[in-house]
Amino acid sequence: MWRLDQKVALITGASRGIGRAAALALSRAGAAVVINYHRSCDAAEQLLGEIEVSGGRGLIVQGNVALYEDCERMVRLSLEHFHKIDILINNAGINRDNLLIRMKPEEWREVVEVNLTGMFNATRAALRPMLKQKSGGRIINIASIAGIYGNSGQANYAAAKGGVIAFTRSLAKELGSRGITVNAVAPGFIETEMTAALPAALREQALKNIPLARFGKPEDVAEIILFLAAAGSYITGEVICVDGGMML
Amino acid sequence: MNIEERVKAIISEQLEVPLDSLTAETTFEEIDADSLDIVELVMALEEEFDLEISDQEIENIKTIGDIVNYIESRI
Repeated sequence: MWRLDQKVALITGASRGIGRAAALALSRAGAAVVINYHRSCDAAEQLLGEIEVSGGRGLIVQGNVALYEDCERMVRLSLEHFHKIDILINNAGINRDNLLIRMKPEEWREVVEVNLTGMFNATRAALRPMLKQKSGGRIINIASIAGIYGNSGQANYAAAKGGVIAFTRSLAKELGSRGITVNAVAPGFIETEMTAALPAALREQALKNIPLARFGKPEDVAEIILFLAAAGSYITGEVICVDGGMML
Repeated sequence: MNIEERVKAIISEQLEVPLDSLTAETTFEEIDADSLDIVELVMALEEEFDLEISDQEIENIKTIGDIVNYIESRI
């Protein structure tokens, strides 16, 4: 179906969850993938192993997206290894859920720094080579339905993800004339380590609100990321919800 | 090539305008360069001349001559 042969994709937070599924999907479509991880070194190595066994190409780069210098290094190593960046997937994200009245300032700060500032950092660092290549490009940001509708206990996460969407739309306007599309994917309830940590009662309640009657899989999101990376050439500034109809 | 010729060559290539249409007095408005064009041009100039041009300096650049003067003052 969609092919990405000769393309290079940099994926932040790629060792687990949605990032990992996206790395596998893009690799299967023929792209070389740069796997960024922050702490999960073993998971990153396992992923690269999986990619190489199936004949794909990849590179692991450790780094914290909340630090601009780490993003610069990530981009530099990607270029040294694969000589270009065609696709950037801003996926790295964390949550520190708490009711606002109990939320510690550092819980707010950490979430905004990784989910929102991290996206700025990686995009800012990757943009110069992408513009210089003059071959267009794709930037895909992972938002969340919480960033559109809000979510109790996630004011920090929702605010950061809402920021991701506004950033996406602004950058789409800035870069349209250069053939770089900028889109966001807003997952609903996806089975990852992030949601596995939620209380059982909350999970059950969430399931009742999903018309498609199941939680999403990382692969459900990866499929849309692949679509935006390999097709969708006339789509920019868009937010695609992958939520099983949860917000209907 | 002197600095002016090198600058003109880069502008001609970056912005896809004929080299012989460029003079020191040519403004970026005349050659339809938008703000992103100018940033891209600055990136190319920084590489060519191995220097950094600050955002503040970019704002003062109106003509090709402005760029040439600036680069001459820096190297």
